[in-house]
Amino acid sequence: MGMSGVRSGVLSGVLGITLAIAWAGSVLSAQARDELVEKGSKLFRQCQSCHQVGPKARHAVGPYLNNIFGRRAGTLEGFRYSDAMEQAGQGGLVWDETALARFIGDPSGTVKGTRMKFRGLTAEADQKALVAFIRQHSPGPSNIPETPPTAPVHASAGDPDLPEHILSIAGDSAYGEYLSSECVTCHQASGEDKGIPSITSWPARRFVTVMHAYRSKHRENPVMRSVAASLTDEEIASLAVYFETLE
Amino acid sequence: MGITRRGFAKGTAAIAGVGLLSGMGRAAYGQARPKVVVIGGGAGGATAARYLAKDSQGAIDVTLIEPTKAYYTCFFSNLYLGGYRSLESIGHTYDKLASEFGVNVVHDWAIGIDRDAKTVALAGGGSVPYDKLVVSPGIDLIYDSVPGYSLEAASLMPHAWKAGTQTALLKNKIAAMREGGTFAMVAPPNPYRCPPGPYERISMVAHVLKTSNPTAKIVVIDPKEAFSKQALFMEGWEKHYPGMVEWLPASIHGGIESIDPQTGEIVTGLDTIKADVANIIPAQKAGRIAEAAGLTNESGYCAIEPATMQSKVDANIHVIGDACIAGDMPKSGFSANSQAKVAAMAIRADLTGSNKFPPRFSNTCWSLIATDDGVKVGARYEAGEEKITSVDSFISQTGEDAALRKTTYEESVGWYEGITADMFG
Repeated sequence: MGMSGVRSGVLSGVLGITLAIAWAGSVLSAQARDELVEKGSKLFRQCQSCHQVGPKARHAVGPYLNNIFGRRAGTLEGFRYSDAMEQAGQGGLVWDETALARFIGDPSGTVKGTRMKFRGLTAEADQKALVAFIRQHSPGPSNIPETPPTAPVHASAGDPDLPEHILSIAGDSAYGEYLSSECVTCHQASGEDKGIPSITSWPARRFVTVMHAYRSKHRENPVMRSVAASLTDEEIASLAVYFETLE
Repeated sequence: MGITRRGFAKGTAAIAGVGLLSGMGRAAYGQARPKVVVIGGGAGGATAARYLAKDSQGAIDVTLIEPTKAYYTCFFSNLYLGGYRSLESIGHTYDKLASEFGVNVVHDWAIGIDRDAKTVALAGGGSVPYDKLVVSPGIDLIYDSVPGYSLEAASLMPHAWKAGTQTALLKNKIAAMREGGTFAMVAPPNPYRCPPGPYERISMVAHVLKTSNPTAKIVVIDPKEAFSKQALFMEGWEKHYPGMVEWLPASIHGGIESIDPQTGEIVTGLDTIKADVANIIPAQKAGRIAEAAGLTNESGYCAIEPATMQSKVDANIHVIGDACIAGDMPKSGFSANSQAKVAAMAIRADLTGSNKFPPRFSNTCWSLIATDDGVKVGARYEAGEEKITSVDSFISQTGEDAALRKTTYEESVGWYEGITADMFG
């Protein structure tokens, strides 16, 4: 980033823009890069229900995305990856611009069996913008050691932390399956998402935290507030343990 | 759980695909498998059939009787009128219910129920025996509730209140309407299928005419004094289609005296409206099979036990969806889907001894007012002693920002995918 700023000073604006479209790694004008990052930050909204990135990022449904550049796939501590993602990493998949863009373009086609239920960003320009945004949260060309997550893995920024005795309630998966029949009118059991987020394969503690955030009206959606208000702590735990194992 | 479920789905497919042909499926379960017949393959019936078959894992023999092979959902059919969806995109088949879940799908009309013999007679001949019956026939239209309207008149003045050819006919008539013409809707009296539906339809027609025929007028002749999401719709019409939509409650028009399908005239107590395109949505009652089987009361709908959806007149029959009297729940696809799961659980518990959990009821109705301007209303319900009772509700607010309205619309698209997957597999 720092380097691109220096380098771009020598380039003309026109060339910078051309390169922004063609994406030539760090060789971008500051303005073109800013525009790309801005576009990427908007595109990232589609990722936010599962991924966090930035100073307070933690693992959520998906792993946090800080420092992803140069990292071997499926290797972050504290996150339960699919076997497919771990194997991809063992097979040599390292996240760089090309690999990330390809994965963002077609997650399940690139890593068959990934838990990431996202239909993919098909436009190359969108892939590059998103990668540019995510790159803001990785170090520059010189590698620095991985920084661990700054908070417990179950919560996300904004949702109130729950006491351990709520988070550790043992749910009844069979009851959760019955209760889930209400959820799947909107949230598809297959994990497909389109306008309504996927809720399959979430870590149970994350699921519990989010449902309690709706119940305590810290989250907005009135449909979810209404659903959460009708559920006891034990029922939320039962749903969490059921959906955690549903892939 | 995921693995179990997938394993089961594969197993069922194998039974349906190979087992039944070779007789293994029958052999495995013998003749003792309890039989559940479901009449009607809409949001109630398709969901009930799927959950019964899926959750009983083959222990219940499930037959679904539905006349049409391609089912068009009423929900989102207004979006087809508005040009946001193709007709194909709201059409569904029963293939997966048969192949993946082992439901026997019979494409025929159920014309009678012998409640003593516990059989359902089919229009095509023969009958189907049941141990438990789910009746989910939706609505029938009371054509003559609008003087001058009839089944025959529906080709000139479509109701389009059952989706499919009627909806396509209405869309074509709107497209062919003369420049500056009048689109008139006669709205239905309570209770009727999909309370916000007529007004979402007005929004969609206005959306189309705003571009294709901007001097056209829209008149709603309503037998009611108020309607679902009224403040939201009226705000939206003023914002997106100023001056185009006129809504006349009964206190203004003084009642509908007659309509003439040939001339398009709609005579009210106030004056005569000459419609270039008329959309007549008459009063409604439970689908005729419910009436034929003696399940309806003087209201035209079927009284049920709130906790199980069992008919008040026959405990072996569960009535769900638009045909039942669901207390505070509106007649909607979402409600029918919710009721179907309660009925399926109760039936399974009775027939196979599976767990009986407390019933859970909910509903949300999304409506589209204009591009990316979606609103919703919803509630949760409990099974009371006498009726299903609302315990908690919510509704979109007037003056909401565009981003929230867009999110609400996108949510409705997601819901459509979700509920149709939940119905048809």
